[in-house]
Amino acid sequence: MLENQLKYVNKAFWRNPASAFFTFAFPLMFLVIFTSLLGHHSISLSPGHSIDTSTYYVASMAAYAVISACYNNIAIGLSIQRDSGVLKRTRGTPIPSGIYILGRLLHALFVAVILVAITAAYGKLFYHSSLPTGVSLLEFLIMLVVGSLAFCALGFAITCAIPNADAAPAVVNASILPLLFLSGVFIPITSTAPSWLLWIARVFPVRHFALGMDAGFAGATFNWMDVVIVVAWGIGGFLVSAKFFTWEPKR
Amino acid sequence: MDSADSSVAITVRGLKKSYGKFAALRGVDLEIREGEIFALLGPNGAGKTTFVEILEGFRHRDEGDVSVLGIDPDHQPMALKTRIGIVLQSTGMDRYLQVAETVAMYSSYYPHPRPVDEILSLVGLEAKRDERVLRLSGGQQRRLDVAIALAGNPDLLFLDEPTTGFDPSARREVWEVIKNLRGLGKTVVLTTHFMDEAQYLADRLAVIANGQIVAEGNPETLAGRDRMLATVRFSLPEGVGPPAQFDLVATANHAYEVKSTKVTQDLFDLTSWALGAGVDLEDLRVDRPTLEDVYLELTAGAADAMKDQS
Repeated sequence: MLENQLKYVNKAFWRNPASAFFTFAFPLMFLVIFTSLLGHHSISLSPGHSIDTSTYYVASMAAYAVISACYNNIAIGLSIQRDSGVLKRTRGTPIPSGIYILGRLLHALFVAVILVAITAAYGKLFYHSSLPTGVSLLEFLIMLVVGSLAFCALGFAITCAIPNADAAPAVVNASILPLLFLSGVFIPITSTAPSWLLWIARVFPVRHFALGMDAGFAGATFNWMDVVIVVAWGIGGFLVSAKFFTWEPKR
Repeated sequence: MDSADSSVAITVRGLKKSYGKFAALRGVDLEIREGEIFALLGPNGAGKTTFVEILEGFRHRDEGDVSVLGIDPDHQPMALKTRIGIVLQSTGMDRYLQVAETVAMYSSYYPHPRPVDEILSLVGLEAKRDERVLRLSGGQQRRLDVAIALAGNPDLLFLDEPTTGFDPSARREVWEVIKNLRGLGKTVVLTTHFMDEAQYLADRLAVIANGQIVAEGNPETLAGRDRMLATVRFSLPEGVGPPAQFDLVATANHAYEVKSTKVTQDLFDLTSWALGAGVDLEDLRVDRPTLEDVYLELTAGAADAMKDQS
């Protein structure tokens, strides 16, 4: 049943121009724009550790791709399905809710992994950015999977706060875009950044997840605390969804 | 119940449901037999959808007993879901899947699905099997809704206002599909506020108003419609006075009507008089109350009761 569900979720995803473009093509487009415009400079992310900006953008666009494939995709997709009555219809059939949700979740993870693989291959081919190997590969993969699941859970959670399908893109972007900027995903955070900004970045999961991606691609130190914080947000998202998620349109 | 031999699909006793202070259902008793098309009529807000959604397991009742195919929807929702098909008011489905894919996806949720191509031919969508859902017309999407509801080969189908908002030809399309379900031996529970829909499709119907069943029967005899007074109407040519022996009411220029308890006798008397006087009875006709007349009377009473309460 799960296998079937995945098959149809996948078909519908690629055929829908909105999801295929905004979720899949967008991060790849940003990757090309950022690396072309801002590549071949050198930045210092921590004292004594300086990397090429193209490598930096490979790592942060990988982070953005995962967030787009999980958080944005799940929240907007589910809001539309809830509003149009697809979720209610599904609720009236014998498919267990858990299987249905797992189908969405695994598909988002699948899209995230493809996006990260394309991003990594692009970086390797055009900018000679490094790829994680050995222990750091393992750490990287753990962060990738944990982060994907956590951002899916947060996507389910924010869906509870979205009033209707029309509001979905606005709520999703308003909640994630500022954080992406504040967390150094689009513009690197250097030592001159104001401390309030660093505090915001420390509290929310985006920065910690992006650091995990940096560790994989840019040779920064992998910090298990980043994983713990991302997991904590994921659990929070799961609990909120378990309590407030509805299958019927909010009217 | 006149046919005690046919077995019962749905039994409801003393069903009550409130939303906060608003009593949506205030003690409903109803029995729906296997294999019949049963229509639940009522104005908006009468409790139709609440009632049906309790039977489907979407909502929980406050009081009363409910048995659907021998299952209590509150206690064994999963067992019930494998045996029913639901067509909701809204037609949400994934617009980018093809017709056959959509039915196949829903089929995969059920233990004993009906073959996809068989379902598509039942609803007349064989030619559209590879079309994406977003390219279907309103009537075709509604037929696909019915196809999805049939995916698990259910014994019982719920159709919630299946043709609301449709143009006449799309309504016809959907009606034909529903009518064909009878041949499969399915029990169909249909909610509607269209009299013609109930009259065309239903074997039996109930009128729900203000959270209660106010009448139950078949479309021909609902609320004693067949026994109600017939009205004989006719017009007379200019300059001809009406016959004195009838209790006539003049309704317009030269037009008259009379309530009749013995239609045959009254018509005989009237036409005898006309032939004797050499008068032509223009547009002579006998009218009985339509289902709509009966319905409006029943639901108007309930609306008054609602006003008295508040």
